This record gives sequence, structure tokens and C-alpha cells, in this order.
Amino acid sequence: MLLSLVKPTGGDAYVLGAPANDVEVRRHIGFLPEDFRFYDWLTAAELIHFHGRLSGMSANSLRQRVPEVLELVGLAPHINRRVRGFSKGMLQRLGLAQALVHEPKLIFLDEPTSGLDPMGRRMVRDILRMQRERGATVFLNSHLLSEIEVTCNRVVFIKDGEVVAEQDLSADASEQVRAVVNARNVSERTLDGLAQWSTAIAYENDRLMFTARSRHVLPDVLRHLVACGADVYEFTAKRPSLEELFVKIMGEDPGL
Amino acid sequence: MNGILIMAGMTFREAARRKIIWMALAASALLLAIFGVALRIQMDEFRSRAMSPFLRFQIESGMLMVGLYIVDLLAVVMTILTSIDTLAGEISSGTIHAIATKPVARWQILIGKFTGFLVMSSVYVVLTFCGTVAVSDWLVGVTPQHVVRGALLIILECAVALSLTFLLGTWFSTLTNGVLVLALQGFAFLGGWLEQVSGFAQSQKIVTLGIVSSLIMPGESLWRRAAYEMQTPLAGSLSFSPFANVSIPSGVAVCYALVFFAVMLSIAIYHFHARDL
Repeated sequence: MLLSLVKPTGGDAYVLGAPANDVEVRRHIGFLPEDFRFYDWLTAAELIHFHGRLSGMSANSLRQRVPEVLELVGLAPHINRRVRGFSKGMLQRLGLAQALVHEPKLIFLDEPTSGLDPMGRRMVRDILRMQRERGATVFLNSHLLSEIEVTCNRVVFIKDGEVVAEQDLSADASEQVRAVVNARNVSERTLDGLAQWSTAIAYENDRLMFTARSRHVLPDVLRHLVACGADVYEFTAKRPSLEELFVKIMGEDPGL
Repeated sequence: MNGILIMAGMTFREAARRKIIWMALAASALLLAIFGVALRIQMDEFRSRAMSPFLRFQIESGMLMVGLYIVDLLAVVMTILTSIDTLAGEISSGTIHAIATKPVARWQILIGKFTGFLVMSSVYVVLTFCGTVAVSDWLVGVTPQHVVRGALLIILECAVALSLTFLLGTWFSTLTNGVLVLALQGFAFLGGWLEQVSGFAQSQKIVTLGIVSSLIMPGESLWRRAAYEMQTPLAGSLSFSPFANVSIPSGVAVCYALVFFAVMLSIAIYHFHARDL
């Protein structure tokens, strides 16, 4: 809807200060569709040149920019190869190149890492970081929550077309932390003492779990355990994963 | 304007890269060769029979009209077949997503593609039309009159078919679009020939049925107008010729085709702009 592919049934939407259906504002927007399709009879360079021209770039500036952006996505060795022979991962990289060729201020990427191997995923993460560093805003739409966790600094959950939750992934120190401790000789008195820093305390089969009120209190917790005579073999603190958050917010899969 | 030129240029490049242009021209060259051989055989036949120059001219004129009619049919069919997938296919495959989100209005995408196909069809008509006339002139010395008018009418017929493939392409899948446009073209063909045959038979009811068909799809009436324009009055008056001037579409029919083309294209633009992609 923000790219005017789908018409809104009501209301207004603005992108970069302009109405969402404003054609000119799209000069500053890059978009990678989920299932990027293309003219497969073109070479990689011709395809990016075509999308660059449509984005309002001159033929002159594209002469330099096309090899640059194909280098960025790791397709430089295939610049003059017909797209028809590309693998899915290569096409995904090509789609990313067409979204970035005109150095947009706002970038919408729909599942940009699907079809990519681990190296490709890392490359996408690096590219997104570069875009963020040059001042662009990146909207990343993905079901790969681990990817989002390491790439984004803010996440929203959308259910049935409505934003149901928002989470700032960059905020960490003051957040609650779930800790798992592998320890023996943990007495009832020791567990009672933990309550001053944490909640949801459980101890079973040498496995102690609790939710600390923040990351800052963890050293105190460890000192307390040792001081009370517990033998600590492992101490792991982790923020609730995005996947856990997702399940919590969206609810269990009802089984379609 | 820039978007129109980019899209039109891409349409040419696609036709060239996918060998559509070259295959169409090769097929036409083959057609011209067969036409030339047929004329040559006919000419030898005439010589051996010592046929009167008057009858000979009439038959040679008729053969030229057959050649030009094949050019007309091929041009329309090729226009439909090459353009049938351009909107419908890109919408259903999602290719359009990366294009329609660029700073180019949807009407420019449509008009750009349309312009590309129309220019290609026009070049095809001009080349095959000139080729057929040149072969006829070279072998038997018969040329049509009002050549430019005839060629323009055939190009308009291609434009009418093209506007319909674009309009239906914004609604239906490639296959459905193809079936519908070819069925409508068949309808127009039937209507045109009904008018022609009923003209011989002097049946006003069938003439009316033919006119109604031509109103629904005016392509064939343009060919019959072109045939009327290109034949000498003498050749056109031959009652045994399938292209005889028995039921001549008027200037109003040509204007109607122009309006039909403009309306179809306008609805195509409107619907392509309004629909979700």
C-alpha cells in the first residue's frame, strides 16, 4: 500500500512526507519484492541499468553505478551474463541491486535473505548495515526472526493487517533477562535470597532458572550463589528471543 | 515521457532478444517467396493460354489483393500473439512489482509498452506490404492504388487488436486474454465476410448482422475498406473476386474504428491504474 501496489480501502498514508500514491516520491524509495521476477533475457548489467533508468537516473551516471552496485551484491563476475541462467540466490542478489541502484532514502525489502546461503545472508546483513550507516531507513519484512534479531533495531509484529506489538531491540541493559544456571548444592535459603533480584525462580535437577530484573544485577546473583556455597558450573543469561516474543504476542499456531 | 520511451525501448529489445522480430521477418520473407513463385507460375500459364490483357490484369490484381490480405492477417495475428503476455503475464508473474514501484506512472508503463508494440507492428506492415507490392510490380507490373491509405488502414486494424489485448490483459490471464482476443478477431472476420457474401446475395438481414459484428469488433471492416481503396474501380467491380466492392465500409466505419481504439485504450489505462497489482 505504501508503494501503491495495492489501493487502500480507506484513509491516507504518507511516505517521506508525501502521499503514498505520489509517483515522484518513489525516486527516493527502493523495493525488493518477495518473489522478485525480471526480464530474464537481459544481462545482469542491462537489468540494473533498466531499473536505474526507471528510477530516474541518467544513462551517464549508470555507467559507473551499475558495476558498483553489482560488485556490492557479489555479482561482478556475472555482470554480462544473461539472467536466465542465474540461481535463486543470484536472483535475490540481483533484486537487492535493483532496489539499491539509485541510493534510495527508504528501502522496503520483502524476505531479502530467502534463497541465500549463510554467506549470502551475511552479505545482506552487511549491505543493510551500510545502508543504515549512509542514513537510509530500511523496512525489512521477514519471517526469519533470527535474521531480524541481528539486523534490525526496531521490530513491529503485524497480525491480520494491524500492528499488535512493537519492540526496541537496541534497548538492552534495563530489560528483564532470563538466566539459566547449571549448579549443585543450591539450598532453599539460597533460593529465597535470589528473590531480591529476580522472579520466576525454579530449581530442578541441578538446573536453576530465574528472571533477573535487569542485566546489571547478574554479577550480584552470581556472587550470592557462590557465597551461599553453591557449585556453579555454567551461568547463561539471555534476553527472550524474538521467536519466543513472537509466539507470546501472536499466539500458538492454531494449525491450518 | 521518459518512462514511456524506456518502456517502449525495452519492448523493442525484448522482441529483438527473444528473436520475435527476426522470426516474423523470416516467415514474411518465406511468404513473399511463395507469393512470387505463385505469380510467376500464373504468368507462365497466361502466356501459354494467350489470355486477353484485360482478364489477365483482373486476375493479377486479384492475386495481389490475396497477397495483401495475407499480409493483413499475419500482421494482426502477430500483433495479438506478441503482445498477449506483456501485461497479463507480468501482472500474474509479479514482474510488474519492481517496475510499477518506480517513479513512473502506470499509464506511462502501459503507453510505453503499447507504443513499442504498435511501432513494431507498423514496421512489420510497412515491410511486408512494400515487399508484396514490389514483388507484384516486378513480376507482373501490377501495383495497388492509394498504397499509403491501404497501409494506414491495416496499421489501424493492428492498433485496434492491440488496444483490445491491452484492455483484456489488465483483467485476465495470458491464456484467457488470448482466447478472448482471437475469438473476437474471429467474430470480426465472420462479420466482415458475412457482409461481403450477403452483398453478393443481396440479403439485407445478413448485411445488418455483418454490420453489427463489425460494431462489436471493427477490425475486418478496416481491411475491406483498405481493399476498396487499393483496387482500381474496374478490379473492384469483379463479382467473382472475394474482395469485390459489394459492401464497402464507409468513412464512418473507419471513424468508428478510431473511436473504438481510443475507448479501449482509455479503459485499459483506467483499469490498469485502478487495479491492485
